[in-house]
Amino acid sequence: MSSTLLFDLPGPKARARIRIATIVGGLVVLAVIGFVLWRLGGNGQLDPQRWAVLTDTRTGVPQALGEALVRTLRVAAVGMVLATLFGLLLAVGRLSDHRWVRIPTVTVIEFFRAIPLLVVIFALYFVLPKFGIQISAFAALTGGLVLYNAAVLAEIFRAGILSVDRGQREAAFGLGMRKSQVMSLVLLPQAVRRMLPVLVAQLVVLLKDSSLGFIISYFELLRQARSLVEFFTPRFGNEYTFQLYVAAGLIYIVLNVLLSQLAKYVERRTRRDKKTAATAEVAGSAEAPVGAPTGPA
Amino acid sequence: MRITRYAVSMTALGLVLAGCGSDAGEQAEGAADSTVEVQEDAEFPAGTTMAELAEAGSITIGTKYDQPGFGLLNPDGVPEGFDVEIGKLVAAELGIAAEDIEWVETVSANREPFIQNGQVDIVVATYTINDARKQLVDFAGPYYEAGQDIMVAAGNPDGIAGPEDLAGKNVCSVEGSTPAQNIRDNYPEATLTLFDVYSKCADALTNGQVDAVTTDNVILTGLVAGNPEGFELVGNPFTEEPYGIGLELGNTEFRDFINDVLEESFENGDWAAAWDRTAGAITGEDAPEPPQVDRY
Amino acid sequence: MQFFVDNLDLFWDAFLTTLSLSLLAGLLALVLGTLLAALRVSPITPLRALSTFYVETFRNTPLTVVFFFVIFGLPQIDFVIDFFPGSVLAVGLYTAAFVCEAVRSGINAVPAGQAEASRAIGLTFSQSLREVVLPQAFRTVVPPLGNVLIAMVKNTSIAAGFSVSELSSLLPRLVNANAGELMLVLLGVVVCYMVITLPAAFVLSRVERRVAILR
Repeated sequence: MSSTLLFDLPGPKARARIRIATIVGGLVVLAVIGFVLWRLGGNGQLDPQRWAVLTDTRTGVPQALGEALVRTLRVAAVGMVLATLFGLLLAVGRLSDHRWVRIPTVTVIEFFRAIPLLVVIFALYFVLPKFGIQISAFAALTGGLVLYNAAVLAEIFRAGILSVDRGQREAAFGLGMRKSQVMSLVLLPQAVRRMLPVLVAQLVVLLKDSSLGFIISYFELLRQARSLVEFFTPRFGNEYTFQLYVAAGLIYIVLNVLLSQLAKYVERRTRRDKKTAATAEVAGSAEAPVGAPTGPA
Repeated sequence: MRITRYAVSMTALGLVLAGCGSDAGEQAEGAADSTVEVQEDAEFPAGTTMAELAEAGSITIGTKYDQPGFGLLNPDGVPEGFDVEIGKLVAAELGIAAEDIEWVETVSANREPFIQNGQVDIVVATYTINDARKQLVDFAGPYYEAGQDIMVAAGNPDGIAGPEDLAGKNVCSVEGSTPAQNIRDNYPEATLTLFDVYSKCADALTNGQVDAVTTDNVILTGLVAGNPEGFELVGNPFTEEPYGIGLELGNTEFRDFINDVLEESFENGDWAAAWDRTAGAITGEDAPEPPQVDRY
Repeated sequence: MQFFVDNLDLFWDAFLTTLSLSLLAGLLALVLGTLLAALRVSPITPLRALSTFYVETFRNTPLTVVFFFVIFGLPQIDFVIDFFPGSVLAVGLYTAAFVCEAVRSGINAVPAGQAEASRAIGLTFSQSLREVVLPQAFRTVVPPLGNVLIAMVKNTSIAAGFSVSELSSLLPRLVNANAGELMLVLLGVVVCYMVITLPAAFVLSRVERRVAILR
């Protein structure tokens, strides 16, 4: 349903009212922005010197943030690929006809959905060595991200598989396909395509969650920013605190917006494809995607 | 397009900022490097930890990355501070150069597990020696005696002179630290505000969100140095926190060796020099009297 | 076992803190999120833009950063906020963005005829939203909204870094005091979270079945 159905095409009177509301609304938004800038300036936060630390290579700050960005991207990239793969496996396992596959899968999914990712990462890093398994911070963080997000993605994929029209499945069986073929050739491709927006929203969550690496001292972007703040505190007080966190926040926003845009691009491409056009149309009219993005941080 | 707009504004901001320098940049250019003389011909009885480490030519040392003056990670990704210098002193006596030390961040929660699992060889991390911990790991040292103190806003508006005056006040410290536990146990009338790092405590004090910050005096001195107009130290330490070097339980040879290294550095001035380069450089204070090594 | 007996008070207090933080933040997120969703489908462009901007910003920022700006950023514009209310605000503001997305997807799932019909019988924009569209939208969004809220319960663990003594803050605290009991501390914390999240998930699935619209 397009949102315009909620209100009539405005007539002259309504148009005038909307125009006034638009101006008032715009002024309010501008006033809020103005107030924030005014107060920030009043507290000296807009001093160019304080922002220059972000680009001043002598301080080592831009280099440090750049390297941390690479570490964040590395964890996120490995995590995204593995979480998607395991998520697919878990989803298929949960829909299995065999009880001995279904029950363990459900247990795994529900367990990792029920506890905070922070605790999972902490446990991997500190408990596994007690059983003689040495694990690096990178592996523990990636492992935690994969376990948690695979469980969430499994539910998303399952919803996607279930939302594929029953006729597809019946027709596939009718053609004499085996169960695994029906799943891998007919159901999964449609489910993944249909769930693409939710999938990407969850991957954005995964990228942000990489910031939980702080608890096991993996120096990703946010931990690096915090560490820089700590480093500058005994020398300059909180002169650069606000600036460094703003920088870290902006980098995350830019990364995630890029990721979302990439997803939209992929979606448009698949929609243009003749073969998949029909599916996309079904997806468009499908009810609300079942698995909404979830997850910490 | 949203992306283009972001890109344009970021680039514009970057160009503007690239034109000017920052105070931090000015200071970074003037910073001096620290060096410790490495023992070239170190020899140890076969089979000891010292021999193994000297043979390997590298050592893994755990330290904290968020303790002003003792262990802070600099923007180049290298830790610096008094703990770090002590670690370098020990390594140097094993014939290991500073650049061959592998630094690992240890936080309060993982110091014992890291030592027990062998993930680090020693821990130099503002690590207070106490009886509970002696059950799990061995301690060499102490190499420094800190004392818990209180930092307040400049002018001391609440007139706080010691821990007794904290009753009913909002006091900030770091969760999982010994000073926080001390307040909880002995001064239960104070309201505790607990963050994960000290810089947040400093910010909270600036904003008036807390009335005081309490932890070991050196760390507080570091915070005061960062904002001398905003903070002041009460200067009345009310505990003794002997910082020791943690190592594997029962490795007496290694512990004796580290104790020897410490005692030697107390005498030949290396210890005081390490202080002057790090904590002393921040606080502007001379090196204190070195503590007495406790060979328990 | 002795360990849990000794620290029962701590676990109970932390559990209550997590629970109250979750309830308050959840309430804030539901109200604000619904409001944002309404703005997002409204005819007034700056409000629509504002809502979109809000959702995109909060969805794409790590919660830790949001926390930082609420607790330490607001004082920079002269609003000093206490830590617990600040944490409620941070979690609530962050989760509202996700609630908004969920509700919006629900609004979009209400058949067009419903909105057209309500317009045809003369209801205004806000009336048709309030009386016809939103009640139906909420039913379709029970599952995604439930997921958002359960995720939020776990998100409250970030508050540990901002002076709220909730469950996750027990990890550093108890481990420092009882270095040998790492496993027990972890076990206790995990069980406490599950006591909140598992029944919540169960209740949600029941509600989902009760309110499901058969079409």
